[in-house]
Amino acid sequence: MKSKFNSFLGGIHPKDDGKILTSGMKEVIAPIPKKVYLLMNQHIGAPAKPIVNKGDVVKIGQIIGEAQGFISSNVHASVGGKVVDVSPYPHPVTGIKSQAVVIENSGDEGWAEALNVEQDIENITPEEIKQRVLSAGIVGLGGATFPTHVKLTPPKDKIIDTIVMNGAECEPYLTCDHHVMRSNTNEVLQGLRLVMKCIGCKKAHIGIESNKQDVYTTFKNILANDHAIKIDLLEVKYPQGAEHQLIKALLNREFKPTQLPMEVGVVVINVATAVAIYNAVKFNRPLIERIVTVTGNGVNKPQNLLVRIGTPVRDLLEIAEPSADINKIIFGGPMMGIAQGNVDNAVTVKGTGGILALKNQPQYTSHACIRCGRCVSSCPYGLNPSELSIIGESRNVSLALENNVLECKECGCCSYICPAKRPIVHHIKFAKALIAKQKTKK
Amino acid sequence: MVNNTQSGTPLIVSASPHIRDGDSIPRIMWTVNLSLLPAGFAAVFIFGYYTLFVIGLCCLTAVLTEAVISILKKQPAFEMIKDGSAFVTAILLAYTLPPGVVWYVPVVGSFFAIAIVKHAFGGLGNNIWNPALAARAFLQVAYPVAINSDWRFFTDAGAMNVMKNITRIGENGLLLDAVTKATPLAKESGTEIYTLYQLLIGSVPGCIGETSVIALLAGGLYLIYKKCIKWYVPVTYLATVFIFSIFLPPRTMTPWANNPFYHLFAGGLFLGAFFMATDMVTTPLTKKGMIIFSVGAGLLTILIRFYSGYPEGVCYSILIMNTATPLIDRFTKPRLYGSKLKK
Repeated sequence: MKSKFNSFLGGIHPKDDGKILTSGMKEVIAPIPKKVYLLMNQHIGAPAKPIVNKGDVVKIGQIIGEAQGFISSNVHASVGGKVVDVSPYPHPVTGIKSQAVVIENSGDEGWAEALNVEQDIENITPEEIKQRVLSAGIVGLGGATFPTHVKLTPPKDKIIDTIVMNGAECEPYLTCDHHVMRSNTNEVLQGLRLVMKCIGCKKAHIGIESNKQDVYTTFKNILANDHAIKIDLLEVKYPQGAEHQLIKALLNREFKPTQLPMEVGVVVINVATAVAIYNAVKFNRPLIERIVTVTGNGVNKPQNLLVRIGTPVRDLLEIAEPSADINKIIFGGPMMGIAQGNVDNAVTVKGTGGILALKNQPQYTSHACIRCGRCVSSCPYGLNPSELSIIGESRNVSLALENNVLECKECGCCSYICPAKRPIVHHIKFAKALIAKQKTKK
Repeated sequence: MVNNTQSGTPLIVSASPHIRDGDSIPRIMWTVNLSLLPAGFAAVFIFGYYTLFVIGLCCLTAVLTEAVISILKKQPAFEMIKDGSAFVTAILLAYTLPPGVVWYVPVVGSFFAIAIVKHAFGGLGNNIWNPALAARAFLQVAYPVAINSDWRFFTDAGAMNVMKNITRIGENGLLLDAVTKATPLAKESGTEIYTLYQLLIGSVPGCIGETSVIALLAGGLYLIYKKCIKWYVPVTYLATVFIFSIFLPPRTMTPWANNPFYHLFAGGLFLGAFFMATDMVTTPLTKKGMIIFSVGAGLLTILIRFYSGYPEGVCYSILIMNTATPLIDRFTKPRLYGSKLKK
């Protein structure tokens, strides 16, 4: 069926997407945690290097982890207080251990020197914008946590003609981006304009899923006389907010799953990232907090919280009043989020847009594939997930590569739709891990 | 307090995604069973209660066979039976048998379908051929008399009296004569022709579940509505048969030889197009593949009806296309996203 909104091939839409739980609510500023745990590998790329020692006193916004190389990012203190520990800690999403700086909050809400001061940005140069984004430690807040200053530095041979602003928020349950667009509308647009100025790009295109009509109307009114920034409603379909599907829907440009959007002359910026960019450039404010949706049927008060980076998940759940029989806790949304085995070790990172606490979650038993073909028609990348899952089960690395397993983005449409309840994404991830293992052996 | 692994409810750790669609294999299978009901009612109405006995025999044998095999495979028997797939196979097989078939034929056929065609190839999801159709083909070779010509058995079933009052079969109204023919497509019955109304209602000779086009259509539309089958499979299949039956010159010139409506409504075409060519396990994965499958099956049906010794071609056409399915899948892979568009 053809939708009246721009869209892409494949994808799924869950009947009950859980957004209603939190979509209309005002944000709550979470109490400042007693302790924060700041991981050095919160971003894609090289982990930062801790530059503080146990016993040091730090102020808010002070750099505590220094970027190592170009594709890396600074980490800043999100509370003021004393460093009580620097030790390895597992990442809640990747599971990889890296150094973490643990700061005990002393109640000192003062910013480090020269931070949080309003700047005159009338005549700012692109280079200065880039510099401030770099030092503020901004990464893609949509979840991929790709260092933003890298995006702002496209290679010379790639001409960027459009900035795409991602306001799709297709992941069920999450409303943090919706919330940002509603309460920080102007900051979002200012951030977008800064990105355009930095890259030297004349055009921008905002995409918003049609279930967020209210913010679309607001944007539309503000942008009535602005011909540089276009805005479009998109069909409510997962994964509409993935780079490939978003660019296809807005600009009708296609590129390979293994390529970056700059291949087709596009840079994609998430709305929350745009706000962070604006704050960094205008106020010299590093990335120390973000909006997190704490939701699910396992909490009595689902809400959007303004949270300091590094807050323990347990603190956030307590605010949302958890019920006793929660049996699944997920970092991120239900489609791509990572289930946690133990709440005590989990702390928020820059990429955490949602904490999903669910109760009465079933454990599915997997059956043999009945070749219904639903996964094939729902795969937005044109793969054959059914075959890939069977190949994954049989651990056949070469056959997996032959069937383009590396083109899979693990969006989860196939597992979602499978009537045999096969954990297709699991098998694909497994096959990818085998491939990676084989590569390191060689 | 939030519980964790140390206290209270343990947390489930599994790979994403964490929400699943409500549809499941049992739901699909039981929907198919439900959609087969109208044709079953029509069969009892047209041919009498003995058909119910045949359907029951098929189901009983299928379930027992499935239970024994699942015990041998050390899998939970009840779970396997509960998914309803054995019933689908059993009912479809019963629908392809003559209404007065002798009792051991459905028993042997049902056993063959489940034990050999389905489980010997790896169980649900791994069979190459549609179990019901493969079993029917097996029976045709094993019991040619019971399947093809010995239709008089039917008159002994005692259902005749019921039927007499409802409808008449054949032009001359002579029941015995009419029911000795296996199908309205039989070439020796060249002089007999049934009206389209008779064919639609199903008051014509034929196998248990194949005669009533209206009942099959109702079930088929329900399956399309429930998204268990794709509409373009039966439509392409029927359209192919329709078109080729007009243009191809038949070997035996019967009055209905080039009547496309006759070819659509007579024989097992509707049963095959809606319930067998749409079987998920044994047909291609992609839309393109399914359409190639349906066109191939349609063409083969007409070729068999026109140029072979058999009056009816649906069964073999689908079995042959089942065999070709892996090949079709291989050449109809979906286009990889971002790879160059074909011009």
